[in-house]
Amino acid sequence: MATYYSEEHEWITVEGDVATLGITQHAADQLGEVVFVEQREAGEEFEKGGEIGVIESVKAASEIYAPLDGEVIEVNEALADNPGALNESPEGDAWIYKIKLSDASQLDDLMDLDGYKALIG
Amino acid sequence: MTDAPKRTPLYDLHVELGGKMVDFAGWEMPVQYPMGIMGEHKQCREKAALFDVSHMGQVILRGENVGEKLETLCPQAYAGLKEGKARYGFFTNEDGGIMDDLIVSNAGDHYFVVVNAALRHQDIPHMRANLDGVEVTEIFDRALVAVQGPKAEDVVGELCPAARELKFMETTIAEIGGVECRISRLGYTGEDGYEISIPEADAIRVSKLFLAHDDCEPAGLGARDSLRLEAGLCLYGNDIDQSTSPIEASLSWAIQKRRKEEGGFPGAARIQKELAEGAAKKLVGIKPEGRAPARQGVEIQSESGDTLGAITSGSFGPTVGGPVAMGYVAADQSAAGTKVNLIIRGKAQPAEIVALPFVTQNYKR
Repeated sequence: MATYYSEEHEWITVEGDVATLGITQHAADQLGEVVFVEQREAGEEFEKGGEIGVIESVKAASEIYAPLDGEVIEVNEALADNPGALNESPEGDAWIYKIKLSDASQLDDLMDLDGYKALIG
Repeated sequence: MTDAPKRTPLYDLHVELGGKMVDFAGWEMPVQYPMGIMGEHKQCREKAALFDVSHMGQVILRGENVGEKLETLCPQAYAGLKEGKARYGFFTNEDGGIMDDLIVSNAGDHYFVVVNAALRHQDIPHMRANLDGVEVTEIFDRALVAVQGPKAEDVVGELCPAARELKFMETTIAEIGGVECRISRLGYTGEDGYEISIPEADAIRVSKLFLAHDDCEPAGLGARDSLRLEAGLCLYGNDIDQSTSPIEASLSWAIQKRRKEEGGFPGAARIQKELAEGAAKKLVGIKPEGRAPARQGVEIQSESGDTLGAITSGSFGPTVGGPVAMGYVAADQSAAGTKVNLIIRGKAQPAEIVALPFVTQNYKR
């Protein structure tokens, strides 16, 4: 199982052609306390760079952008009732989507952990 | 703004306390500290919080009959404002819109005025140009610190017994930590508390005396905004501006009876007409039913899909435990209990018009 990172501060772990997507701890810390998450529904397809949800903190709304092409196959429903989980375990229980990848070669455009650490300094 | 943001006398304290600094109205201010906006908000509602509000403009007015002269710029009854009393008000323009809101205090041998940070450059020349025979002095060498919350009286009173004697909207001069401060019992959170004007050289030392109290923690602009919104208090630039009248903004309570009847202030024609006949739109509280916050600019529609107005302030209310907002709606649709839809990212979200404030104000009258 490999983990990849996007410049939009998302992480993606891949097992076969199914990927789990969430936001990094760094992103969660920057957002502040999350009070609402707007998610797409299972079955929705999306393209790399498209908006696939919104995370709202007390102060502001921030879009989630798709790091690659795919289809939502599962939504983490627990975030609707407990959006604050995104601050507590953004890289664990508080994943946002499971997605079916359309083109696994797009993973090559993403960073590994060392690359991501270099990005956030 | 191209100039580098200015720093208040408390800047080094914000950095020491881990404040996350942002540019606000040309000032480098803490939006939050490590406790976070929710924690700071609850700290203020349950105990006491200290805010740096030194970016606001502090002004001294000296001269004959300053109160009467202020009445030519404001619809408030400042002529009769007794020594030691403070009163909320606003400058109106000739069209009856609000130029800025402010607090005026009668300090005995002078009047003390506090205006919004972003409008210092407008308000000071406005007063200089229009208050004949009044010396208008902007203060640059004093910090302004707010200590707010149900424990504020203990936090400030333990250092300054005179503060306990003040009632809501009263002001006095007293020593705190060996330095003379102006202490006013008022604020912008809906809680009991004080705003304290402190000479800049002593500002950090005196603030640390407050913070040394077990019940007092620092809070930033983020909590200040969610606190004032829950308390139903207008933010200039969001909820009120040059085009909105005080009647539209549900601020007729801030215009005293004599002034309503006599007029004699800028925009009196419109304001008196709206007092008599009602305004076309009205600022109301709006409670979204779901969890999605409705931010500034979100369209408000009737259940049948007609546009009623727009949200002017919206956020998550930590004490309410859900989203809260204010906005303007057509006056005939402004009754509490009216069901509306908020168009958030293209989707209609149900909401209800509610009476303000969202959280009961807790002033010491």
